[in-house]
Amino acid sequence: MASIALNNVVKRYGTGPKANQVIHGVNADIADGEFIVIVGPSGCGKSTLLRMVAGLEEISSGEISIGSRVVNNLEPAERDIAMVFQNYALYPHMSVFDNMAYGLKIAKVPADEIRARVDKAAKILEIGPFLQRKPRELSGGQRQRVAMGRAIVRQPQVFLFDEPLSNLDAKLRAQTRLEIQKLHRELGITSLFVTHDQVEAMTLAHRMIVMNAGVMEQFGTPEEVYTRPATTFVASFIGSPPMNLLKNAPDAKPGVITGIRPEHLDITPSGWALQVEAVEMLGAERLVYGRWAHSATDELVIIRTEEAHAVPALGATIHATPRPDRIHHFDAATGKRI
Amino acid sequence: MVERRGTLGLLAHAVMIIGVLIILFPVYLAFVASTHTPAEVMQAPMPLLPGSHFWESYSAALTGSGHTSTHASVARMIWISFATACIITVGKISISLLSAFAVVYFRFPLRGVFFWLIFITLMLPVEVRIGPTYQVVADLHMINTYAGLAIPLIASATATFLFRQFFLTVPDELVEAARIDGAGPLRFFKDVLVPLSINSIAALFVIQFIYGWNQYLWPLIMATSEDMYPIVVGILGMIGQGESPVDWNIIMATAILAMLPPALVVVLMQKWFVKGLVETEK
Repeated sequence: MASIALNNVVKRYGTGPKANQVIHGVNADIADGEFIVIVGPSGCGKSTLLRMVAGLEEISSGEISIGSRVVNNLEPAERDIAMVFQNYALYPHMSVFDNMAYGLKIAKVPADEIRARVDKAAKILEIGPFLQRKPRELSGGQRQRVAMGRAIVRQPQVFLFDEPLSNLDAKLRAQTRLEIQKLHRELGITSLFVTHDQVEAMTLAHRMIVMNAGVMEQFGTPEEVYTRPATTFVASFIGSPPMNLLKNAPDAKPGVITGIRPEHLDITPSGWALQVEAVEMLGAERLVYGRWAHSATDELVIIRTEEAHAVPALGATIHATPRPDRIHHFDAATGKRI
Repeated sequence: MVERRGTLGLLAHAVMIIGVLIILFPVYLAFVASTHTPAEVMQAPMPLLPGSHFWESYSAALTGSGHTSTHASVARMIWISFATACIITVGKISISLLSAFAVVYFRFPLRGVFFWLIFITLMLPVEVRIGPTYQVVADLHMINTYAGLAIPLIASATATFLFRQFFLTVPDELVEAARIDGAGPLRFFKDVLVPLSINSIAALFVIQFIYGWNQYLWPLIMATSEDMYPIVVGILGMIGQGESPVDWNIIMATAILAMLPPALVVVLMQKWFVKGLVETEK
């Protein structure tokens, strides 16, 4: 087990003035045993960052250390890591047992120890009965377990997960999420988990790195990220429906964006005057979309109310009041929290 | 989808049966001729039903004791053909696997150029470069050797291309998983790529074995001594220039014997052959 340190990590493709920089100096200190989720929209560089830690992508500048070793110039196999891929990347011609044992065989671990380690991992993951099968005879969920088993038997210092749940259906995904949590509690191995799914990020992470366009926007616990988003990007990316980011709120100062989550706006007898544009029924709650009564912009304000609440009529004017301790302010120019 | 209607089905069958008959008739005639005495074969019209001299013709052919223009035994010719076809096949497959591996998985200067160089050799079959190739082989004293018969035919752009296309379909994650498992390039090649290509290898084995077996022009100028004749060239040698009468029954027996090994390879490897050309395993 080990801590991980990312020190001003940069990734560039190509050289010279035409170089395409995709990661712009990421700094992060990850403690031993932490479960870190890297989350962001597609193309934000989150997978690239993970692959740099794995050693599958070169580090253009900066430094990555695992434990006390700088690993910039080490081969993936020498970094003492294990990785679970999105499409599992199992060797199709090898049995489940051989898939899990392959890395150990290459590392010249004695056969009886390989046997013991694979059996132990198979027991944890409940794939014992499939050890002699080929990957193509397994379901998606089972393949996923084999891929995790292959990572576990190596007893690495760090687990790397590259969107391992995105090929599973919704039900299996929720189930596997719980299992990954349980596994991490039992093994306590430092883990980096890449996903574009904010629910996965919020539920799994001890701390999460929110990335956008190659920049680390925020690094903090899920609570911090939700309650004190560092930038407008984080505010709009985490939470569903996203936070209202309002330029035209009645009491707004120029150059300041007012942020308020839909669930922190209450329909009240007086307050912000809004004209109801649309109402969506989501089951336990309802989303009310309103347009400013006082200005002619097309800015929409979303209010999340309980389903028991009276349904406002379309076109009617309603009033909403933000909860004062839940209002966020962002600089309109930089998007940073004020 | 395929239509399955009475008259069309009949017509399709009729066309196929006619095609099969056209192809099979000469083979049948050769077989019939190989079971008669030379005198019976020379009759006009020649008999169309098998005769009773099957063993005589075939044992004479295999031991080379018949009345033909050469004295080499067919057993020896079959061995030469078999050995060269095997060397050509194994050589072609190994070299193509390795060169496709290099072209797909390694980044080296002029990689694209090398690939296209290999590719344009498709336009230079043995027949086109036969003069210079002969010169090289003669200078290396490889006339009348197995090496001389096989090596110039080993380089194969087709097989390289086939393996390249197959390697390109192998997901990158598999390479990366192997790297994380600590497998070096050759280990990955041996443990992952070759086992995955096994169906393509089998298909190529069939195609290349028949290609090697059927070589005619190159061994014709390469093998000047009778005991290095492969069977296809040997048949020609048996016919001679027509200055003396030859035992046509023995020549026909040889022709039948020449057809058997490739047919056997196709029959035995049919399953893999079809798999290799059709199936894409995930």
